[in-house]
Amino acid sequence: MSLLNLKNLTMRFGGLTAVDAVTETIEPLLLMGLIGPNGAGKTTVFNMITGVYLPTEGQISFDGQNLVGQKPHEIAGTGIARTFQNIRLFPSLSVFDNVRVGFNNALSIGILGSILQPRSFWRGEKEIAEKIDHLLEMFGLLDQRNELAKNLSYGDQRRVEIVRAMATDPKLLLLDEPAAGMNPTEKQKLMSLIRYLRDEFQIAILLIEHDMHVVMGICERITVLDHGAKIASGTPEEVKNNPEVVKAYLGHSE
Amino acid sequence: MSRKHRSYLYLLIGFAAIIGLSFPFEAGLNSYDMRIVINVGISMILAASLNLINGFTGQFSLGHAGFMAIGAYTASALTTMVFGTTEGTTQELLFLVVLIAGGVSAAIAGLLIGIPSLRLKGDYLAIVTLGFGEIIRVVLQNIEPLGGSLGISGIPRYTTFIWTFGILAVLIFVTENLMRSTYGRGFLATRDDEIAAESVGVNTTKYKVTAFVVGAFFAGIAGGLYGHYNSLIRPLDFGFLKSVEIVVMVILGGMGSTWGVLLAAALLTYLPEALREVELFGIKFRDFRMTIYALSLILLMIFRPQGLLGDFNAEEFIRKIRGKPKKPATTET
Repeated sequence: MSLLNLKNLTMRFGGLTAVDAVTETIEPLLLMGLIGPNGAGKTTVFNMITGVYLPTEGQISFDGQNLVGQKPHEIAGTGIARTFQNIRLFPSLSVFDNVRVGFNNALSIGILGSILQPRSFWRGEKEIAEKIDHLLEMFGLLDQRNELAKNLSYGDQRRVEIVRAMATDPKLLLLDEPAAGMNPTEKQKLMSLIRYLRDEFQIAILLIEHDMHVVMGICERITVLDHGAKIASGTPEEVKNNPEVVKAYLGHSE
Repeated sequence: MSRKHRSYLYLLIGFAAIIGLSFPFEAGLNSYDMRIVINVGISMILAASLNLINGFTGQFSLGHAGFMAIGAYTASALTTMVFGTTEGTTQELLFLVVLIAGGVSAAIAGLLIGIPSLRLKGDYLAIVTLGFGEIIRVVLQNIEPLGGSLGISGIPRYTTFIWTFGILAVLIFVTENLMRSTYGRGFLATRDDEIAAESVGVNTTKYKVTAFVVGAFFAGIAGGLYGHYNSLIRPLDFGFLKSVEIVVMVILGGMGSTWGVLLAAALLTYLPEALREVELFGIKFRDFRMTIYALSLILLMIFRPQGLLGDFNAEEFIRKIRGKPKKPATTET
């Protein structure tokens, strides 16, 4: 059974059709790329999947549940996590606390428990702290554990954002331009990190990326959007040689 | 002492200190000075409870005096119209009951007002809460059984030093513990970035409403304390200016810094009184003390925009005094 189903997904802003009847499925454990020229509607698709926008038309189902109309935090609870094109961390919180917010729903303690803090409260907090340290260690961020998020380098901030997303224990991870602003070495590291994420955590990953080297290098399937419509879909080889795609990216001669 | 029980230990020390201090205060202060001390305590409760909403959760509320009014009226009406004046242990027990009743009714109002208005952000939320605060005041003005614009008078003076500061200690305990839990993290995440918070499953509406309700609860209790100290409450006591006064305390102390906010509440309540007595070069400050008060606000905002203790970290400070190094990162790398 496929993990995520988009059916005729459409988003109109006034007279502008940002996403036009996109239908797509994502299988579990798939590493999938979503590409297209600027303004093609890629981030809008992400925002509809995660409930930031309510689609004008169409259906989204994830793991058998309907997502349309659910609030972003409810959708996160079903197992979809994401990162943002312009990094969105909690700047005044430490790296540790940024990730700890991702575990908020894993700790089911009510307001009275939070105020009175019985033994079970501390047990829960300790378990979570161990999990966070484990995650930070995996991503090589343990040294920055107590640093405020706003003081980190750009690359570290991107990684913290991924760790925070992983803290919610997702089945599908959406990455919005993870390689933006990285140099070739960092990009190389990012590619192995993304593969590692999929294999280690057994999740599906959907990523938006402009860097063709990254996209072609790691994605097993690629979908291309242009002016909101899906123009191609297939393996990297198929997409690369698709005349529609070449036209969308390079224009065509008359 | 393990850190698990540290908050309880601090609460006990706080209670002991308050009871210990109450003797010299009750014996040594005249009623005018005592009034200032109690007013400082009530301001501290109001400011610290608003800090939960404005400071930690980042929701700019301008209607805190409205919640104080609801608490004050509920508690005072219960005492004067239902229970009557009592003495001894019955009095203390009934006072606790009416204070909590005042807090609960303010919390319910907070819930009713919070759910629709917390959909708004920033300036819009400020205007809506301002409106609600005024509505509460005008409604109270028009309820004849509650005295209309004359308010309730002849409220027995139950509020003491111990009651005021005991409740403040409980509020600090509740706030500090909440901030160390999922709730505190939810508040801060909501303040820092709502979209990011939602994306990791944080129900921002729930946290906003919770902060609003808890803040309103303690504002209601502060209202009850106020009524039972002043022995007279009028709708005008809880007007827009009162709300602004509390907001100024929070901003001046440093949004989200409990100790800074408490310090600012104390200073802003004490300063206008203290300036009455000052005389410099033959000029009596009492004549333009409000000018000095305003001027000090302006200067503080220019030179310390983050607030008095806006970037002050108590744990960090203690560590520095003790000469211990910064908290080491976890052992393995």
